[in-house]
Order: sequence, then structure tokens, then C-alpha cells
Amino acid sequence: MIETGEILQTMRMIQEENFDIRTITLGINLLDCSDPDADKCAQRVYEKICRKAERLVRTGEEIETEFGIPIVNKRISVTPVSLICQADPRPIARALDRAAEEVGVNFLGGYSALMHKGATLADERLLASIPEVLSETKLLCSSVNVASTRTGINMNAVREMGEIIKKTAEMTADSDGLGCAKLVVFANAVEDNPFMAGAFCGVGEPECAINVGVSGPGVVKVALESVRGEPFDVIAETIKRTAFKITRVGQLVAREASQRLGIPFGIVDLSLAPTPARGDSVAHILTEMGLEMAGAPGTTAALALLNDAVKKGGVMASNHVGGLSGAFIPVSEDIGMIEAAADGALTIEKLEAMTCVCSVGLDMIAIPGDTSASAISGIIADEAAIGVVNNKTTAVRVIPAVGKKAGDRVEFGGLLGFAPVMPVNTKGNEAFIARGGRIPAPLHSLRN
Amino acid sequence: MTKALISVTGLDTTGIIAGVATKLSEMNINILDISQTILDGYFTMMMVVDLDGSKLDFDTINKRLQPVREEMNMTIHMQRMDIFDAMHRI
Repeated sequence: MIETGEILQTMRMIQEENFDIRTITLGINLLDCSDPDADKCAQRVYEKICRKAERLVRTGEEIETEFGIPIVNKRISVTPVSLICQADPRPIARALDRAAEEVGVNFLGGYSALMHKGATLADERLLASIPEVLSETKLLCSSVNVASTRTGINMNAVREMGEIIKKTAEMTADSDGLGCAKLVVFANAVEDNPFMAGAFCGVGEPECAINVGVSGPGVVKVALESVRGEPFDVIAETIKRTAFKITRVGQLVAREASQRLGIPFGIVDLSLAPTPARGDSVAHILTEMGLEMAGAPGTTAALALLNDAVKKGGVMASNHVGGLSGAFIPVSEDIGMIEAAADGALTIEKLEAMTCVCSVGLDMIAIPGDTSASAISGIIADEAAIGVVNNKTTAVRVIPAVGKKAGDRVEFGGLLGFAPVMPVNTKGNEAFIARGGRIPAPLHSLRN
Repeated sequence: MTKALISVTGLDTTGIIAGVATKLSEMNINILDISQTILDGYFTMMMVVDLDGSKLDFDTINKRLQPVREEMNMTIHMQRMDIFDAMHRI
């Protein structure tokens, strides 16, 4: 029998400490929708998504009510569109956005291209369409994989993405560059990620799958308040126990959704995903460990401990773990990160170091509008190098704030939050980025 | 067996247990366990119930508790017991 204290703890986690299921994401394979005629392809895509995801939102809401746990988002991820489009991809983009609206999900990811070794004609067409598509659609998210540990870094794609991010920012300047918040550049992208903007349904995935992302940095923060002054062994153990409890609920929701929808369970993503709300911050877990602000010396070590303990605790709680599992550090979506960035305690360079030890990368960072395309490409190349060499997923989601400079503020609203514009190193790198070609895959012996 | 936890909190007054239990009985919901205490003048009750005997679905049961909430000015939450089992039992 469950004791009253345990019941109250669960209720407190949900009601006061912002514990929630961040997303139930339905992965849908679209390979069978391909057609040389773009409009026919778009129609098949629309119909398949509406059919497969018809009950997704309603089922999510039922689970939410019955189990008393908020499920913040219901989302869809689809096969990377560059794999199904044989002509103009834009009609497919519009069909995806319409389908997402029709079934009532919060986001749909998969306007994507996998070009870590090179680009197909379809990849090139998709890349060229990204700025226009992201400025015209509402719910569609885009991602491009430009590097992998086995293939190295495709520097042509890195160069192009710098330009595409700039152009997307310009075309969505009236909403503070919101288009760029829906666009992420990956190294070692994963096929079963439920989180946006990088979710897509990889080719190794089944016809459909339910992937669930949990959240709950506030719960971890509160748990650590009870072990103030204790050594790190105790900190790690406390985080593991908390992550276990959080993930068990994620597993329960995933299993329940899978049964009710008759769709196989894919993975639980063991994530600590913040929101801009106070009490829901990953940065504040770091400060609870004894740092004045995120960015203080010791931040990387604190984050490494947190990330590892979350995985160790979570992996025992679910029978399939995947996605981007780990602590997320999106700047605009985390009040502690926002404060640290505004204070100057947190710089892009420090964030880069932090991405070496956590999931996922330089995320939701507003940069000055006059940052050059080659500087953005340089940031992408640096982040990809970290992922490729360390055999982990890394990503870049930066938002050039058109007409704004370092210290100004951009506002995206909702889960995407707001952010101070952070300064970028202005030394030139045009000749470096102009080279193109591929940076070869790294050697994985003689590890130093 | 589909078990749910009904938590009832609010200012203490007479007839709270009777009010909730009567409503549950009307819906043919069996009470499996009750624990109740007064914390700082606040009535706090945890009730474990079996939903299988009722022909009503979860949402309807929850809605039919609404008059009890209003009449007695209590906060009443109902959630499936599975979430507590998942979190606290291996």
C-alpha cells in the first residue's frame, strides 16, 4: 500500500515543483507517401498524418486527466522530408503544417535533411526552401544533420546553414526571428528524439512509434535543497533517485498512450527540459549545488554530474531509453540561464564548454543581427566538432536578432521564452568557411 | 482492478466523509481504503477506490464529484493509482 507521505510527495512534485510530461511525440513514417508529383505527395502526406494522429491529442488529454499529470505538448515527428520529396518540397511543407493544425498538435518536426556526408538534389532543394517555409508555416520544425562521428563534418552544409539561418532570421524579423527557433543544425542527430525543433522519424524507426519526453528540473532542485552542504556523492545519489521517479511516470504515460492508440512504444527521453517559469530551471539546479550563477567556474563539472546522474537514475526506470536524454540548456527557455546571460556570467564560449558534457548544444541563443553568416557557420562547425569527436549529439539553434545588438532583448513567448542578445566573437573566419569540403571522420583510438 | 486515489482537502466541517462516500456509493464505486487527518485545521483525506464496479467513465465520475466540491468548498482531486505505484514501487 502506498503511504500518505508518498502520495503527498507525488502531488507536490506536480502541483508545486512543475513536474510534467513535456511531450508525447508520435513518430510517423512517410516513405510510402513519396511521388514524383509534389502535390500528390503532399496530399498523401496530409491524409496519412490525419489518419495516424487522429486520436493523439484526445488520448493525451485523457491520460492527463486520469493520471493527474500535465502533458504539456502533443507532437508529431515524420520521416525527413528530403527523403520523400522528388520535386518542389514546399507543397509538402504546407501540407504538414495543415495536417498538424487539423489534428491539433503543438508542433510537427521533420522538415529535415540528413547530409552529414553530402547532399542529394532533394537535400539541396529542401535547404533552399527553409527560410520561406519557416516564415510561412506555424507549427512546422526543421532540422539538418551536417556531421556524424562516422563521416566527419560536411563543411559545405555548414557553410550553407550559416546563410540559411541568416535568411530565416531576416524573413521572420517581425517576430524576433522566430523562424530560427524552429530550425536546428545537428551533428549525430538521433532518429527517435521527441523534442523540437529537432524531432524527426528516422529510417530505422517502425511505421509509427510513441516517444515520450519527461521534464522536471524543479523537482531535482527541490530535492537538492534537502542535502545542502553534503558532498557530491550525496548530490549524485539524490539526483538519481529523483530522476528515477520522474522517468517512471514517463514510462507509465508512454505505455498507456501506446496501449490506447495501438501504436508501439518507442522510447522515453530522459530529459531535464526547463521552461521560462520560475522553479523550472536547470541553471538553478547548478546554483543549488553552490554556484552563484550558471557560468561561474565549476559550472561544467556541475552540469556533467547532473547529466550523468539523470541518465543513471532514469535508465533503470524505463525499458527503452533514447532520444536526446540528458539535461537541456536552452538559454531563452530557462530563467536561470536568461539571468546569467543578461548578467554576463554566461557567455557563448562557456555554453560551448557546457555542451561537451550535456544534451544537446548551443540552444535558443539570440545573437546580434549583424553577425555574419560565416560566423554562424563557424559556431556550427565548432559545435559539430565537439559532437563528432566525442561521439555525442550536438546541435546549434541560434537566432540572429535582426536590428538588435548585444544586450538587447528578444521575445518569443510561450515555452520558447525570451532572451538577452549575447555577444559573438567578431574576428573574421570567411576564408576558413569558404573552403568547403569535408572534415574527415576522427580516429577513435589513441584517445587523448 | 482500476484503482484511483481521491484526495480531499479543505477547511474541516461536519459530513465531509459522508458527502463524498454517498456520492461514490451512488455511482457504485467501492471504497478500498481511507486515511484521514487534520493538518493545521485543514481536513486532509486520501481515499483509494475501485472504479471497476461503476459503469461510468473516469471523466464522468470526476464531473459528478463537482457538486460535492462546491457544496462543501473542498478541493477534490481524483487520479489513477498507477502514477503513485509507478513512482514509489519497483
